[in-house]
Order: sequence, then structure tokens, then C-alpha cells
Amino acid sequence: HYYCRQSESIGSTLLGYIGIDTIIEQMRKKTMKAGFDFNIMIVGHSGLGKSTLVNTLFKSQVSRWSSGWGGEHKIPKTVEIKAVSHVIEEGGVKMKLTVIDTPGFGDQINNENCWDPISKYINEQYEKFLKEEVNIARKKRIPDTRVHCCLYFISPTGHSLRQLDIEFMKHLSRVVNIIPVIAKSDTMTPDEKNEFKHRVRKELETHGIEYYPQNEFDDDMEDKNENDKIREAMPFAVVGSDKEFQVNGKRVLGRKTAWGVVEVENPNHCEFALLRDFLIRSHLQDLKEVTHNIHYETYRARRLNDNGGLHPISANNTQESNL
Amino acid sequence: MSNGARSVTEVHRNGNIMAQEKLLEGYVGFANLPNQVYRKSVKRGFEFTLMVVGESGLGKSTLINSLFLTDLYSPEYPGPSHRIKKTVQVEQSKVLVKEGGVQLLLTIVDTPGFGDAVDNSNCWQPVIDHIDSKFEDYLNSESRVNRRQMPDNRVHCCLYFIAPSGHGLKPLDIEFMKRLHEKVNIIPLIAKADTMTPEECQQFKKQIMREITEHKIQIYEFPETNDEEENKMVKKIKDRLPLAVVGSNTIIVVNEKRVRGRQYPWGVAEVENGEHCDFTILRNMLIRTHMQDLKDVTNNVHYENYRSRKLAAVTYNGVDNNKNKGPMTKSPLAQMEEERREHVTKMEKMEMEMEQVFEMKVKEKIQKLKDSELELQRRHEQMKKNLEAQHKELEEKRRQLEDEKHNWEAQQRVLEQQKLDASRTLEKNKKKKIF
Repeated sequence: HYYCRQSESIGSTLLGYIGIDTIIEQMRKKTMKAGFDFNIMIVGHSGLGKSTLVNTLFKSQVSRWSSGWGGEHKIPKTVEIKAVSHVIEEGGVKMKLTVIDTPGFGDQINNENCWDPISKYINEQYEKFLKEEVNIARKKRIPDTRVHCCLYFISPTGHSLRQLDIEFMKHLSRVVNIIPVIAKSDTMTPDEKNEFKHRVRKELETHGIEYYPQNEFDDDMEDKNENDKIREAMPFAVVGSDKEFQVNGKRVLGRKTAWGVVEVENPNHCEFALLRDFLIRSHLQDLKEVTHNIHYETYRARRLNDNGGLHPISANNTQESNL
Repeated sequence: MSNGARSVTEVHRNGNIMAQEKLLEGYVGFANLPNQVYRKSVKRGFEFTLMVVGESGLGKSTLINSLFLTDLYSPEYPGPSHRIKKTVQVEQSKVLVKEGGVQLLLTIVDTPGFGDAVDNSNCWQPVIDHIDSKFEDYLNSESRVNRRQMPDNRVHCCLYFIAPSGHGLKPLDIEFMKRLHEKVNIIPLIAKADTMTPEECQQFKKQIMREITEHKIQIYEFPETNDEEENKMVKKIKDRLPLAVVGSNTIIVVNEKRVRGRQYPWGVAEVENGEHCDFTILRNMLIRTHMQDLKDVTNNVHYENYRSRKLAAVTYNGVDNNKNKGPMTKSPLAQMEEERREHVTKMEKMEMEMEQVFEMKVKEKIQKLKDSELELQRRHEQMKKNLEAQHKELEEKRRQLEDEKHNWEAQQRVLEQQKLDASRTLEKNKKKKIF
């Protein structure tokens, strides 16, 4: 015989194995079957190695350009948004990765408001999702094109953030998860790197720019500790490469210069490994959740408030709504 | 035809008047001339003005320090990049460097804030203004009566720093160079060249040179000399344009040698190693071999362009024609020709105008005359009518008069008759009575 206690604390002791813990396995199986979407946006002026880095992150040619230098990189006259999708698979898990590139950002002589097209794109994705959600006959799985993460590339000047960097991040840190990275960090010696990171962090703080992982969204102490450590180490100083070289009998990804080989995955050389682990191995799901629960909800609340209520779409399923 | 005559015709065919070489019979001594020039120049000292342009964080200050092996910018006097600028400034620092008895007054012109704002339109304008103002100063001091002190503060060379993106020139780079290549010697450099691998560097250089030719930008050209050795060196430099440089303020020990370099976890990038970057080429070219040529080109080409443009604008009745005329390199004679032609056209125009006015006036006068003629005619007719009317009246009156006269005469005759009759009767009566 057993007796159950009322609510109170954690739980009753189990007298036998029920099998509740298998739910994790069930969820895993489901996720694996369904696969998931991940949308990453890369922003920064041309020549900072954005495409190379994304290729290195996902170990495949997922960016706009194929590897290497070849091809004419014509700078467009206005900021364009180019999204390229690939399906990559690892360990039975399928991921639909969309890389959203923004050529033309910061390249013109006059860069006033060059973040407007980007802001518009992000909001358009939220709008699309909102429309689907509000539909009476909803799809079983709403295709998620919302931008889950925006990698912002900082130029390694060694001095401080540029005016454009600050403006962009100020305008967009409330709308999307921004992860600032220091591009082409093999330009700087270790001392210069530390100094630069320190200065950049201070400037971000001064201007009130909340980059991901944001302070306010830490759930519990455990999260907070982990995220604090990460926040202290950001922005990550990265180097990207898709070429392999022999170093000490091992084949490593790197860049070969006349005075040595910069190893991409060597933590002494650059922080690429940290970025990759953070972005993909530990916080990928969290990025999606924050986007859905916080950024998207903010957008939704604003939209609904602005319109004084929303009427669901009528049954003949025209795509017009009262939005 | 004698020998002498033939050589003369040969000379003219070539176009150059070649002096005939004559052998000296002894030591005259003018071989000493270069030494004299040298001594004089050394006493006078040299001046050189170098301008550095580029966005902040490209290592300009560090490169200057490395080039001249002095701490022009040090922690006590930090380079302009460390200070926050809202607009583009132009700053000058002067330093006197002495080496081997030769002294050089070096002026570095820095342009902090260039290309750093969000909106960089016209960020090249302060630079252009600065260069022009230096030219103007020189022009004024050249035109003075007392020309003993003529300091040469003109900008002799502009080092333009290109960010090592690996792709190509930015729109800002192209705009800047297009606007300044006819005012100053531009030497484009690839900054922070240790960002790129050798292959990337090659590609990048090729791409930049392609874009420079495409946009017809005239960067500083190394002159050809008569010397074979030098030409080989010049060609080597030309192949490596634009020069990819690395600067450093720190000295590192590598293989028991002290070198200037940058210490990375994967190795040391040496500044003065020709395989690592083109710094030594830049230094040799800028200081050791081509400094004088840079000054000469500035003086003979850029300054003369400025001068002829400025003076041409002023001679035309003080009207500023600078905006209408493009860059000119006309000789004074051509200038005068031009002026005369303009004067003639002006005269012709005036003549035409006068003729037009004259014609107009003539027309007016004719019209007036016609009008008054008509008027006169009208009056004439009017008068004639009047006259006729009067005539008729007169006739009428005359007739009346005639009639009256007739009547009167008739009456008179009747009266006469009566009178006669009366007198006759009287006579008769008289006769009767007398008895």
C-alpha cells in the first residue's frame, strides 16, 4: 500500500520503476524525425571573413560564396538580404540551416540607416509567423523563418568600436539576438586582443547594448553562472578557414602565413572553438527559445496592441487578415 | 657633302640638338660640382612633408614610427586615432631628424576621423583644402619681392592606407583617390598586411591594381632611369604594388636577433623581413631613393597644375573661372592666345549686339516716319476737303453776288429808264407849260 502526499515539495518516492524518464528519449526521437530549423544572420562590412567563418562553423559550404577567394565580390549599391538554405545532417539529426547574408552593409560612403533593410527583414519574418499563428486552420508545423541569431562582425582595428557598429547594435539588440564577434583576429597579438575586447565590452556597456546571452533572461543561478562566464569572454575573437594544413603531424584547419600557421581550433590562437561550442553545442536551442518566447512575443504584443485586437481569418482561408 | 654638314643634318633629323662630345686634355675640376651641391644642400637641410590618410585602426601611427625609427606617436603623445574625433581633422607634427650630418625637417600630416563616421560624404574635403592651402602659401611666397626665406610646406607624398579586406577597394577609397591623384603623389599601401596569407595578398594586390586602372587613378609612378640596375629594382617595386606593410613599435628577439615585429602565438611577423611584408621596400623607396623625386614631381607637376589653374582664373577680370575649367597645363603663350581669342570673341559679340540695337532703332524710326506721313496725308486731305467746301461756299456767294448784281443792274436800268422817262415827260410837260 502507498499513500500520496499533498502538493508540498518535490515528490513522492517511487516504489518501482515507472518509466517517466523515457520521455526525454521520446522527445529526442521526435525531434530527430522532425528535424529543426535554424536561421543565422551575418552582418558586417565586406572583407571581414563572414562567409568563411560560417562555412567553418558548420563545416560545409553553406554561405553564399564557395570557398577560397575566387570570384568577383562586387559591392552592391544598397544593402541586400540574401538567404541561402541547406539541410545538414549529423548523427541522425537533420537541421535546415539558413544563412542570411547582408552584402552592402557598411560599405558605402554614406552608411546612414543602412540597418533599415535588415530591421525590416527581421520584422517581416515575425509578421509571417504571426500571420500563420493567427490563422484559423493552422499548419501543423509553422515554418520558422525568424532570425534566431545575428552574428555581428567587428573590425579588428585594435582601438574601439566604430560609430556604425554602435548604431547598428543599439537599434537591433532589442529585436534579435546579437552575438558580436571580432573578425580576422589573427591581426592582433594576444595583448592587443585582450585590450581590444576589454574596450569593446566597456563600450557596449556604456551604450546599454544587451548582446546575447542577455542578463535579464537568465532563468536560474546555474544559467546565470554559466552565462556570466560566457559574457565575460565575449566578444569572441575568431578566425575562419576551410583549408587544412599539416602541423606537428596533425591535419588542422588554419591559415598559413610566412611566419607560422594559425590554427583555427587551437584555443591559444583564437576563440573559434569557444564560439562554436557556445553557438552550436550548448546554446542553439536556447537561441531559438529566446527568439520565440521573448523577441517574437514582444513583436506580437506590440502588433496586437497597435491594432486594438486581431480578427482571425475567415474559413475561406484568404490570406487577407485585419492585421 | 663634307663630314661636318652631314652630322648637322643628322642632328636635325633626330630632333634633339646633341652636343658633340669633346675629350678633355687635362683635369678641369667641374667633376666636383656634385660635391658642391651636396655641401650646400646639407648645410641648408632638407624638408619633407608626408601625409597619411586612412580609417582609424589601420596602423598609420605605428607605421610612421617604424619608418622613421622615432616615437613620433608615443604613449605620452598618443596618435590621433586614440583620441575620439567627430569630424575629419588635419593635424601636422614636425620633427627634426639628423643622420650623418644631414638634417631633415620631417612634417607628418595626419587625418584622424577620415572614414570613421557613419556618413562619410565629403570627408576628403578637409584634405583637399589643406593641400591647396599649402600650395597657395608657396605661390604667395614665390610671388613676393623678398624671396630669401621660402619654406616648402607642400605635401610631397600621400600614403593612402587600404584596409586588408581581401576583396577590393571600397567606394570611399576610389572616391578619395580619384579626387586627389592630380593634387598630390599618392602611394597606396595595404595596411596590416599580416592579416593575409601570401596567396590572399597576391590576389588582393592584383585586384586593387585592376580597379585602379579601371578608374583611371594615377598613382605615383617610379621614374625610369638610364641605369640598368636601377631599372631592375624599379621594375621589382612596380610588380609588388601596392605595397603591403606591417608596422611595429616593439622589438622581439628571434633567433638571437633583435628585430621589430609582432609576436603571435604561432610565430613572429617581422617588419623588416622581405618575405613577410613590403615594409623595407617602402622605406627604401620613400627615404633612400625616391624622396627627391617625390619632391620634384610635386614641384613640377602638381604645383604647376595648381599654379596655372589659379593664375588663369585670376587673369580673366578677376572672375573666378576655376569651376568652368578643368585641370590645365598650358604654357603662358597658349594662355595669352586663349585670352586674345576670348577678347576677340567678346568684341564680336559686342559688335553684333550693337548692330542689333541699331537695326531696331532704324526700324522704329521708319515706322514713326511712316506714321507721320500717314498723318500728314490725312490732314492734307482734310484740308483739301475744307478748301473745297470753302470754294463751293465762295462760288455760291459769288453767284449770289452776281445775281444781286444782275438784279441791281437790272434795277438800275429800270431806274435809269424810269429816270429817262421821267425826264422826258418832264421835258414834255415843260414844253407844254411854257406857253
